[in-house]
Amino acid sequence: MGKHVLLIEDEPNIIEAIQFILSRDGWRVSTHTDGADAAAVVRQMAPDVVVLDVMLPGRSGFEILQELRGDAATRTLPILMLTAKSQGRDREMAERYGASQFMTKPFANTEILASVRALGGF
Amino acid sequence: MARSALTGSRIRERRALSGVKQADLARLVGISASYLNLIEHNRRKIGEGMLRRIAEALGVDVAVLAEGAEAALLDGLRDAAAGEGGVVGPERPELERIEEFVGRFPGWAGLLVAQHGRVGLLGRTVEALSDRMAHDPYLSSSLHEVLSAVTSVRSTATILTDTEDIEPEWRARFQRNLHQDAERLAKGAEALVAYLDGAAVEEGTLAAPQEEVEAWLDARGWHVPQLEAAAVKVAAAVEEGLGATSASARRIAERVFTRYAEDARRLPMPAFRAAAAAGKGDPARLAQLFGVDLAMVLRRFAAVPDARVGLVICDGAGALTLRRAVEGFAVPRFGAACPLWPLYQALSRPMVPVRAVVEMAGRVPTRHLVYAICQPVGAVGFDAPPVLEATMLIVPDAAAAVGVVQPVGPTCRICPRVECQARREPSILTEEF
Repeated sequence: MGKHVLLIEDEPNIIEAIQFILSRDGWRVSTHTDGADAAAVVRQMAPDVVVLDVMLPGRSGFEILQELRGDAATRTLPILMLTAKSQGRDREMAERYGASQFMTKPFANTEILASVRALGGF
Repeated sequence: MARSALTGSRIRERRALSGVKQADLARLVGISASYLNLIEHNRRKIGEGMLRRIAEALGVDVAVLAEGAEAALLDGLRDAAAGEGGVVGPERPELERIEEFVGRFPGWAGLLVAQHGRVGLLGRTVEALSDRMAHDPYLSSSLHEVLSAVTSVRSTATILTDTEDIEPEWRARFQRNLHQDAERLAKGAEALVAYLDGAAVEEGTLAAPQEEVEAWLDARGWHVPQLEAAAVKVAAAVEEGLGATSASARRIAERVFTRYAEDARRLPMPAFRAAAAAGKGDPARLAQLFGVDLAMVLRRFAAVPDARVGLVICDGAGALTLRRAVEGFAVPRFGAACPLWPLYQALSRPMVPVRAVVEMAGRVPTRHLVYAICQPVGAVGFDAPPVLEATMLIVPDAAAAVGVVQPVGPTCRICPRVECQARREPSILTEEF
């Protein structure tokens, strides 16, 4: 069984594409679409890497990131933030709240794969 | 003669066109059918002598087989690969096998090139609008929708073209996703264009004082009963109607209302409507009948209750100072309008009335009969340049076909007419929109 990545994203077609790319690379992929309980799902699943979208229903990705970084159990968990906004403000917030990496949509498949691999220690 | 790795594909295509069986051609040129099969699938290189023999057997010139028309496809794919940002590692595009890819999967290669072009186009669209994005919640949300769809299209298209051994059910699913995202992109683009046109502006997104006044008039169909009355107090009407808006909006409203009240006094609505209905709908004849200037008559047509007409007024510099949109005739919210509008012909020939039939660009082009006139505003004197203003009334008329039909657009930025001599800047749209 490969390493475990949790994808928190609400766009179904993006989920399918990323799930396909990572699964073919040997990752076990779990998905979650709601921001409201995303932090609890991360704690429960304890994945090796989290891919976290910023714009989520229920709760923003930045709030989820902030909560996870405030918890000793997930403080160092590798988290890749995805956003459709390339403005400096989003990048700044991602860095301030402790994102491991930040990626702007639209991204290349090779970029997201390389980032998840790097965060997973490959 | 230079040959690409696609020579085999062209041999196969020519042979099929000539109706020659693979085994027959192989026998004619002295090789086995299985070897010819490998050549035709670009798995074996072909020497000069063999190429000449095959060309003779098929009755075509050697050059037809040696040189293909795939150059544009290859260039497009190289462009797409370069656009990936020089990715290194095992996932990089296999440029050394690019000709084999085009030869074996020309349809997928074409799709990849087309998708790459579309992603580039949308990227440029986003760039063009990014300066407004931070200040406009509606635009921000629309662009987020477009970017999400683009992300999905890019990922999905790459999967379909890069994954040769993709399972049929996954292929079907991704093809369906591509279709869905294409629909989303089309809707997102339409919403953005409608927004930029100003056709779907909500009061909450109003950006300029002029828009506040126009929105207030829009909400009343551009007919203001309290300004039609005999004893009108403009200041009171402004305070009552636009008291809660900005000081700039109130100043604009005061100017517009003062003129409206004067128009109503000189051309009382009941008499004006009666004259127009009595077959004197020609603005020039109405102006003569009432002894008023032509611009006043055009403005009055726009104030008729429930009138389905548009009205635009510009100053001597061409800036739109009042805009009443009408269905099918897009009026830009920002920047200059289309320089081909008869409004600007009128501006260049003061006091000469202009009547024309125009066709507004769009998914469904629409025809309109327009009347325009340019007149001085206020008193004219000897030692100062006249202050000019042009007015144009727009009457939707699908059947209008008087003389030459002038093609026009809303404004260059969102006009799909590619070949236009009057274009001053590139459009963010393409024919696909």
